[in-house]
Amino acid sequence: MTELIFFINQVLISGAVLGSIYALGAIGITLIFGILRFAHFAHSELMTSGAFFAFLLAALFAAWGIHAPIPTGFVVLPIAMVISAVLALGIDKGFYAPLRKRGAKPVTLLIASIGVTLMMQGLTRLFFGAGTYSFFETETKVLYRFDMSALGSTRPLVITQPQVLMVLVTIIAVVALHFFLTRSRLGKAMRAMADNADLAQVSGINTALVVRVTWVIAGALACMAGTMLALDVTLKPDLAFNIILPIFAAAIVGGLGQAYGAIAGGFLIGFAETLAVFNWSTVLKPLNAVLPEWVHLPANLSLVPTEYKLTVAFVILVVTLLVRPTGIFKGASS
Amino acid sequence: MMRRSLTLFAALFVLILGVGFVLGVPFTTSRLVEAAAYSLIALGLNIQWGYGGLFNFGIMGFLMLGGFAVTFMSYPINPLFWGSDGPFMLGKAILAFVAGAGLVYGAQQSHRIGIKGGWKVALTVLVWFVAYCVYRSQIDPAAAYIEALSGKDGWVGGLGLHPLVGWLFGGVLAAIVAYIVGKICLGLRTDYLAIATIGISEIIRALIKNMDWLTRGTLSVSPIPWPTPLPQDYQANGVDNLTALIYARAGFLVLALVVLGIAVFLISRAYAGPWGRMMRAIRDNHIAASSMGKNVTSRQLEIFIVGSVLMGIGGAMLVSFQQIYDPTSYQPINHTFIIWVMVIVGGSGNNWGAMFGAVLIWMIWIISEPLAKAIFETVSHWSTMIGWSEIPDIESRSAQMRVFVLGLVITIALRFAPKGLIPEVVRREG
Amino acid sequence: MALIELTHVVGGYGGAPILNGVNIAIDQSDIGVIVGPNGAGKSTTLKAIFGLLKVTGGTIVFDGAEVTNSLPDKLVPRGLSFVPQEKNVFTSMSVEENLEMGAFTRKDAFGDTMEWVYDMFPVLKEKRNQKAGELSGGQRQMVAMGRALMSKPKLLMLDEPSAGLSPRYVIEIFETIVRVNKEGVGILMVEQNARQALAFASKGFVLASGQNRFTGTGPELIADPEVAKSFLGG
Repeated sequence: MTELIFFINQVLISGAVLGSIYALGAIGITLIFGILRFAHFAHSELMTSGAFFAFLLAALFAAWGIHAPIPTGFVVLPIAMVISAVLALGIDKGFYAPLRKRGAKPVTLLIASIGVTLMMQGLTRLFFGAGTYSFFETETKVLYRFDMSALGSTRPLVITQPQVLMVLVTIIAVVALHFFLTRSRLGKAMRAMADNADLAQVSGINTALVVRVTWVIAGALACMAGTMLALDVTLKPDLAFNIILPIFAAAIVGGLGQAYGAIAGGFLIGFAETLAVFNWSTVLKPLNAVLPEWVHLPANLSLVPTEYKLTVAFVILVVTLLVRPTGIFKGASS
Repeated sequence: MMRRSLTLFAALFVLILGVGFVLGVPFTTSRLVEAAAYSLIALGLNIQWGYGGLFNFGIMGFLMLGGFAVTFMSYPINPLFWGSDGPFMLGKAILAFVAGAGLVYGAQQSHRIGIKGGWKVALTVLVWFVAYCVYRSQIDPAAAYIEALSGKDGWVGGLGLHPLVGWLFGGVLAAIVAYIVGKICLGLRTDYLAIATIGISEIIRALIKNMDWLTRGTLSVSPIPWPTPLPQDYQANGVDNLTALIYARAGFLVLALVVLGIAVFLISRAYAGPWGRMMRAIRDNHIAASSMGKNVTSRQLEIFIVGSVLMGIGGAMLVSFQQIYDPTSYQPINHTFIIWVMVIVGGSGNNWGAMFGAVLIWMIWIISEPLAKAIFETVSHWSTMIGWSEIPDIESRSAQMRVFVLGLVITIALRFAPKGLIPEVVRREG
Repeated sequence: MALIELTHVVGGYGGAPILNGVNIAIDQSDIGVIVGPNGAGKSTTLKAIFGLLKVTGGTIVFDGAEVTNSLPDKLVPRGLSFVPQEKNVFTSMSVEENLEMGAFTRKDAFGDTMEWVYDMFPVLKEKRNQKAGELSGGQRQMVAMGRALMSKPKLLMLDEPSAGLSPRYVIEIFETIVRVNKEGVGILMVEQNARQALAFASKGFVLASGQNRFTGTGPELIADPEVAKSFLGG
């Protein structure tokens, strides 16, 4: 029983949190790809900058003496999301739209987004240095410990308050997005444009408006993902840059252009990573008592050593590309 | 067009002279050697992208392979390793690996003995798992043993051969990896190749960083020998320090330029001939080309391998020159994206454009830090004069400015010259 | 006054122009059919009207206003609608959602327009919640037309509506076009199936090399031996 609780702590909860972050990031990537047909590499910078906005706002709130029962990071999140949405619009207008107007190819836009990534990273490091910051310097992270001794476990079930909120917030965001895409006129227009941009234009859909809405959603969700990541670990300038590749993998695995696919892909990869680095020995230890001497399990039976965690995403990606190149939800193909 | 290229190259030459004047000849010569290596690498990318339309975002991985190859080939022999049980255990592990690979191949081919469909998949997965476990069972103790040699930092050492052999081996290793990656990915959409190459390069990086027994991992390897005489060799002959540095580095530079020259010559000849025409036909319209019976995927694989070979050799040259192999020093920004910037800004599809871009971007990269520092210090000086505190952390902030400047250069270049400064010359085929 | 009037329109995709002075005039009561050999500029004419390529000479006047080089999102609210030849449905969206997209530019309630469309294409009502990509070619064409009708256009333009359809669907599509016209929508279409289409055309235009060659009512053109010989396959 102890081992099961340990498993839940290490895999299920961590996996859910990681999956949420990946999912929120991947939705933005997949929407941008569906509507604008390019891989927005600078998405990680939207996430990191979003987290920094939240951090600054939280510090501001603390200075003003505003306290809340939930971490200030969550309280300021809506405001930070608005700022991020505006930033995303600005970046498109300044860097990508001019190239699109001149008929730039997708790879040129990708390189342009690399340029944006570098500039934003440089600026972030310039202002904030290369060190780490924590949302919890002035307030403490609330942990919930559930005593499981009634069920025979020597370990408690531990979950932090930010983690609970993260999963909740993700669920709310996903449901809201679902309603937007299936019930609202603009949401359907977005799906139409991702499906067939030319026909959408012919139908009279205001494609410029749809593009703007896409950036707003992508920016807001990226901010959410970045802030959550920073709340879970710490905030540093290359916060999201390290996970940009699993996020892209999640979007591709789910099917490019399919928002639901991005969510599925995000959780798939999130859980796969936590499952792969989990030390299965601890769970299977009780078996040792039953098995003969020479089959005893080694002390560390994790599928993948922790340093290789990021390779899990790639293995999944490669397998997906080989088996089902358009992704789980059959997204865009060339 | 010719005039524009000549003007640009002349301006570049002036820039190099300027840098030499301000930052010193030995320093500049070193940077030029590096620029030559980067030119070779940029040439490799130009072949893959400019000629073939292939997206390789895993350049860093190929550079690391090249670096590893030259380290392994040219570093002196480690008697501690060869005199112990190390080789034997390693040999067993290699056998296990080969046996495992053979088993997996066998499982793949099991349809020939009647095992099909779901069973074959199950068998293949099972065999993979078994092969992996067997391999780990051999390599883990071998690795631990080797690392424990001489206390804690043991590793297999090198083979003590001439660095040029190492450079060639770098090309060979790169070709092998390119073959594997290409075989898997080239049948699919081309932008998937981008993600796959990023993935491979991360995997390579993780492997090299962690296989301490083979590469010394994060402890890094140095000093790695030069193919041409070192400054120390000149000094031993009575030449003064400064001149020794210049002579030695110039010697390396000459060798590097020779290698580069050979590569450019071979590629230009190939490009001008029927092979080149076919490549361009495929790149511009591969649907039409394949309908004409050309095997598009094989040609793309060829291009991918050739480009990777150049990258491997270039990576080896860099490590030889810097005399140190440090896996942690490889960053995607420095080793993958910068090459893309060089090719796109310089002019993709044009060898001279790619090389121009390489030298230009490298020069900008190296002056941006001292320049930023100078600017920060001046501003700091003024700000203290008016009573504000000076800017903290100037060192690291100047280092970060490079990244910003690079991003800025990309953005400006793409806005004004989306096809590059020395773009492809579109030939009219008769 | 004509609903739509093209006067000496010149245009193309950049490079050499494909249209070299095209003249077309249609009233709202008309069924206009454009025929001609391949490369004559038939589809290009429709695309030029709809702002999908650059018009470099001549004018296009629709419902009294000049609309040369206007973009679709300005034209649809004016009452112009277009059914492209290929990729003319949103395959991942349901039939009903496709129709909703057609009504995107409308500010009023469009429920009765949707009933009208379902009335015209009963099979679509049956399959309203099915993804458009799952339908047969003929049914898809119906979705495409329905989508274009949702904006209550004054002029409906169709690019080769019968292309790739089985004979039964061809007849059905043409019958629907005639019916739509009777209900007050002007029609301008390009057709490869020249004889069949011209049979019910009130205005026929034969184009070649981007210019008008023959103009008249459909039956007149069919009866004309010169037209029949050169363009209708004798």
